[in-house]
Amino acid sequence: MYKILKKQLLAPNIYQMDIEAPRVARSARPGQFVIVKVGERGERIPLTISDYDAGCGSVSIVIQTIGVSTQKICALGEGDSLADFTGPLGQPSEFVHTPADELKGKRFLFVAGGVGTAPVYPQVKWLHDHGIEADVIVGAKSEQMLILTEQMRAVSGNLYIATDDGSVGVKGLVTDVIRDLVDNQGKQYDEVVAIGPMIMMKFVCLATKPYGIKTTVSLNTLMVDGTGMCGACRVTVGGRTRFTCVDGPEFDGHEVDFDEAMRRQGMYRTIEQRAAKIAQEKAEGHVCRIGLDK
Amino acid sequence: MANKIPRVPVREQDPKVRVTNFDEVCYGYNAEEAMLEATRCIHCKKPRCMEACPVSVQIPRFIERVAAGDFEGAAAVIGEDSSLPAVCGRVCPQESQCEGSCILGIKGEPVSIGKLERFVGDWSISSGKSAAQAGAPNGHKVAVVGSGPAGLACASDLAKMGYEVKIFEALHKAGGVLQYGIPEFRLPKDRIVAAEVENVRKLGVGIETNVVVGRTETIDALMDREGYDAVFIGSGAGLPRFMGIPGENLNGVVSANEFLTRANLMHAYDEAYDTPIYVGKRVVVVGGGNVAMDAVRTAARLGAEAHIVYRRSEAELPARVEEVHHAKEEGVEFRMLTNPVEVLGDENGWVRGLRCVRMELGEPDASGRRSPVAVEGSEFDIDCDVVIMALGTSPNPLIASTTEGLETNRRGCIVADEATGATSREGIFAGGDTVTGAATVILAMGAGRKAARAIDAYIRAKKA
Repeated sequence: MYKILKKQLLAPNIYQMDIEAPRVARSARPGQFVIVKVGERGERIPLTISDYDAGCGSVSIVIQTIGVSTQKICALGEGDSLADFTGPLGQPSEFVHTPADELKGKRFLFVAGGVGTAPVYPQVKWLHDHGIEADVIVGAKSEQMLILTEQMRAVSGNLYIATDDGSVGVKGLVTDVIRDLVDNQGKQYDEVVAIGPMIMMKFVCLATKPYGIKTTVSLNTLMVDGTGMCGACRVTVGGRTRFTCVDGPEFDGHEVDFDEAMRRQGMYRTIEQRAAKIAQEKAEGHVCRIGLDK
Repeated sequence: MANKIPRVPVREQDPKVRVTNFDEVCYGYNAEEAMLEATRCIHCKKPRCMEACPVSVQIPRFIERVAAGDFEGAAAVIGEDSSLPAVCGRVCPQESQCEGSCILGIKGEPVSIGKLERFVGDWSISSGKSAAQAGAPNGHKVAVVGSGPAGLACASDLAKMGYEVKIFEALHKAGGVLQYGIPEFRLPKDRIVAAEVENVRKLGVGIETNVVVGRTETIDALMDREGYDAVFIGSGAGLPRFMGIPGENLNGVVSANEFLTRANLMHAYDEAYDTPIYVGKRVVVVGGGNVAMDAVRTAARLGAEAHIVYRRSEAELPARVEEVHHAKEEGVEFRMLTNPVEVLGDENGWVRGLRCVRMELGEPDASGRRSPVAVEGSEFDIDCDVVIMALGTSPNPLIASTTEGLETNRRGCIVADEATGATSREGIFAGGDTVTGAATVILAMGAGRKAARAIDAYIRAKKA
């Protein structure tokens, strides 16, 4: 069992939890994720790591309540435990393995959307700890939905905020900010890292492509085991099928087939609807209508 | 003559009923039936059955004990060579091993060795008599990676020798393929798998779940930081293969691994569990092995019209004869000499059918089986809404890629000595599917046991 040491509400329906998991805390690196299962009968779901502390043996995760499993997790409080907590899974971000002299002077722009801010934070923090101040754009629906802003400000170079309603920062999309930075403010970047909803990552990639800036995305696909066994997480990258859990989760965004990835991500949402339809068809098929149709 | 008695039939659930539930298909022998069947063995001077058994279980000896009603004695005889009789009695391909070599099989029916082994294994579990005892502690620690058949066998043998053993399991439940791969209706999880795992625990073996070796910890960290004198890798062959045909990433195409993991490990067929599973109205399973049979029969139980598509003919089906027979009884349709060339999708990216070609058998290939050749212009479509790929698996690269100096072969399998399991790294041993590629429970178990002996010899030599 994995104890919840701390629970905080970051924004409506978005919680941060510190979980006691010493092995994961010691091995975690930026870019990796965990699989969490709540209770004996729960689903295994992938969640992003928002921070880790090997000394305390704790790993922070950020969860937005969107389905049954995330609601069950968020219903737990401090002192409660998660049944299962596995990780760190996936490959660490490429820069973790890049030699220090090569990394030095590299200009990063991180683009975080919604809860995607959580996995961006340990990456920016890692770079900050290694002497690199990365610029960060955070996009959210409104000021209320922004998370980890102060923590991010403490470790980033320039922090830009974009909200849909303009309640804070620029009113507009993260892609507007990217274009403004490059076109009007003379900013140059060697690499963009975008993490957020698939649709946001798709449009960030479309925005950076004309500039020829290498763009890394972190895909949040469906998964069951998270160790390469099931293949539910397969995506097409550069025309090849890759497994997000073991080959990713980070890929060259300009090579990712986002339309396929988005369709696959929604598979079980539509399955529920289709299953209901089939059940209805089957049930109706048994109704005898002889002589009734006229 | 004893062999004039016909083979004692085994009681099974009615096919029409069982296709609506996940309860075990075969009820197995009761004591009376087992004792009667055991009298059919003619105790050959040179038992061919034993030679055909990958771990050389002393078959005539244990059958003789069963015939005498000494089930504890029978369990002790099997226990000398096999640590999972209740499992192997259910899942071994007996027709190509022990029973396939039984002399009675030449003119009639072979002795029902598998069902007898299963009877003895079940008897041991239900009587609570586990013959094995942990050895006196010798002060040495061994780590075992994976709690499947190879890992369980290796761990229990080492514990019996007095080693402090800990198994690291990546998933949340112990058992490996016995847990996530083989369905409940063929291998009951609580009654059999959990009991076998519990027997290993009773020997003092620790099992830590949720540790993905290669990610959570490396092999080197286990040895250096946690002080294990040796490591046995029995991590299985878990990566699913796909065909590489167009449309394979459509919604509704899944690997058999995914489908079975959802059903078996995650209990998706039970509404009390949260994990979803989708079978649609009509499922096509591609492949002809045991995993394909498991997937297609699971789909049938979930209410789908279930089909097998296999590129060779029925004679080449690699699945156990019993599974094919059961699948047919349960209404599964077999389309032999058929090979998919494309998965067809609808406007929303969901599967709507499978385009196939007819095949004919040509010259024998390297495996000795006649290789299938596509018949030109024979394309046809099968309507379906789910396609399950059961094309075999390959070893997971997580461990090899994070353990420096650990040699792998072209197929990604860890290179290990067949007799000892020794790898290219000192103190690291490996066995089971991670070495051989997907094979059988009994071979993996045998490899685990061989490695246990070699690990013991290695640690003793180092100490000396």
